[in-house]
Amino acid sequence: MAPLLQSSQPWVEKYRPKQVKDVAHQDEVVRVLTNTLETTNCPHMLFYGPPGTGKTTTALAIAHQLFGPELYKSRVLELNASDDRGINVVRTKIKDFAAVAVAVGSSHRQGGYPCPPYKIIILDEADSMTEDAQNALRRTMETYSKVTRFFFICNYISRIIEPLASRCAKFRFKPLSEDIMSSRILHISKEEGLNLDAEALSALSSISQGDLRRAITYLQSAARLFGSSISCKDLISVSGVIPQEVVEKLLIACKSGNFDLANKEVNNIVAEGYPVSQMLSQILEVIVEADDISDEQKARICKKLAEADKCLVDGADEYLQLLDVASNTMRALCNMPQEFPYEG
Amino acid sequence: MLWVDKYRPKTLDHVMVHQDIAQNLKKLVTEQDCPHLLFYGPPGSGKKTLIMALIRQMFGPSAEKVKVENKTWKVDAGSRTLDIELTTLSSTNHVELSPSDAGFQDRYVVQEIIKEIAKNRPIDTKGKRGFKVLVLNEVDKLSREAQHSLRRTMEKYSAYCRLILCCNSSSKVTEAIRSRCLNVRINAPTDEEIVKVLEFIGNKEGLQLPSGFAARIADKSNRSLRRAILSFETCRVQQYPLTSKQVIPPMDWEEYIAEIASDVMKEQSPKRLFQVRGKLYELLINCIPPEIILKRLLYELLKKLDAELKHEVCHWAAYYEHRMCLGQKAIFHIEAFVAKFMSIYKSFLIATFG
Repeated sequence: MAPLLQSSQPWVEKYRPKQVKDVAHQDEVVRVLTNTLETTNCPHMLFYGPPGTGKTTTALAIAHQLFGPELYKSRVLELNASDDRGINVVRTKIKDFAAVAVAVGSSHRQGGYPCPPYKIIILDEADSMTEDAQNALRRTMETYSKVTRFFFICNYISRIIEPLASRCAKFRFKPLSEDIMSSRILHISKEEGLNLDAEALSALSSISQGDLRRAITYLQSAARLFGSSISCKDLISVSGVIPQEVVEKLLIACKSGNFDLANKEVNNIVAEGYPVSQMLSQILEVIVEADDISDEQKARICKKLAEADKCLVDGADEYLQLLDVASNTMRALCNMPQEFPYEG
Repeated sequence: MLWVDKYRPKTLDHVMVHQDIAQNLKKLVTEQDCPHLLFYGPPGSGKKTLIMALIRQMFGPSAEKVKVENKTWKVDAGSRTLDIELTTLSSTNHVELSPSDAGFQDRYVVQEIIKEIAKNRPIDTKGKRGFKVLVLNEVDKLSREAQHSLRRTMEKYSAYCRLILCCNSSSKVTEAIRSRCLNVRINAPTDEEIVKVLEFIGNKEGLQLPSGFAARIADKSNRSLRRAILSFETCRVQQYPLTSKQVIPPMDWEEYIAEIASDVMKEQSPKRLFQVRGKLYELLINCIPPEIILKRLLYELLKKLDAELKHEVCHWAAYYEHRMCLGQKAIFHIEAFVAKFMSIYKSFLIATFG
């Protein structure tokens, strides 16, 4: 196997914190886990929160710190959504792994690692597991609780069935604040020899909305494309965010009350290849913050935005949905009646 | 050979439309540090051309020797084995496939077949270019599960395999995948750019272009370069020397839909609806995608309607198109749209003229 080029390693992996105490901004979790490291006692855990806040990082870090590189392979099972995780896997793979007892006498510290006498099963992206598979886990968790600890990681806790959630200690991961994000990004850009001005830095924090992984990925993409000095504009072009002028132009067309003008704008946006779902969320941002729009108008617009978003998820055509949104926005802004006059 | 293929730029340096993107891509490749890529943009904007040129830039002319294979894969899906048939296009260094062709079994394609392809690494004595490129078309048509499976596969095999994903709308690609790729937005070429390309082709073919002719084709093309070149060639075949007054033939299906639109405007009755149904079936039988029929129909209707009706009609078009993706039979929903339009238009006429 040819050696992996150092530079081709994603920075997200390169700068992933190796120790629990390095995980930024999640004080509660860090405190509990540091405690675990000392007492080597730990409950089943459920980490939930938005993407890019350090859930997987924390789980991997604690597993590494507990067992060290030698025992890691035999003690930790990592499963995520790309592995098949139907009910069969729960019945066979997880059960088999859990059923193997930990060798007696191995509870002593080895090579400076605590090495507690249990195994860890990390189920990443657990919210994409089927309900059946989750149900099959319930009893397994209890039967083998002497020798195994489960770490569930998910974005939406509501998709984890209650019986599983109640068996775990739950930890919510908060979105990162802007300061912490900036300091991490500055650290990385210093290590990589990048030149990032203050404007670009704040743009990056606002684009990524508390998702550190996204921020780092954008930074790396921009660095690859535009070299070592990165401006605010480069970051926006890499991130796929739609330039504010485009959004403004559509809204101005809507305010004018001229349907054909709005239709032309919509055509233009689709031809430029801007993702419509992104467009919807940016329209929402502008509408919610606007001062010259009444609450009722805002409500009408937002309702349609939500419907259109759902339709897009179902796979509806982007042009038609955006046109519908634009026409509805126009009717709201120009105070045209909400009901259609000729609907028979 | 069609002009579309004949004048497809082979290298990144010869690309005429997206030169800035091409230069950036070239820089990426020459630094030997190519991330996963996601190309998105409307049809006919040049995504595929850029991808092929990029692969050629990576591997040299050998990338052009492609063979088409129709392979059957045996996939072990727990309790049963599945046979999945897929057409792949491959050269020594790259493989191209459309996983969404496998329908609801696309998850297995992503989980198994990609792994298999990724494992077969090309052997290179110099230890250089030790990776394969996997081009996946129409990722926006992949099911949710398949996209979920893709994300881990992407990370796991990133050392041996670079993925190039290609799709029309990036809204339908999950955030998890988008954040793992370098996203490249390919916009549709502007009319001026299309004119430039048409003039270039005219020059190469030794044709006399009357002034304004290329601009007229570009105007009719809906900002799709492929379509512009095709209709340019049609004009050339139809009549040469080209004259400035020559009609650019519209697509026959578009004319047909325009006919339907004027039918619907003229009379609103169950009888007319029945006639329109026959025409709609005709279009569907000729493999015009239903959403395109609906969009074109809306376009034709909007041209003729009063401003106050436009809002209502476009709302119902969006409504029925959404229903169409959820449902099975497209004809029901197109017909429902036509019926709805008739009822709206009729009550509009009654309200206005009594």
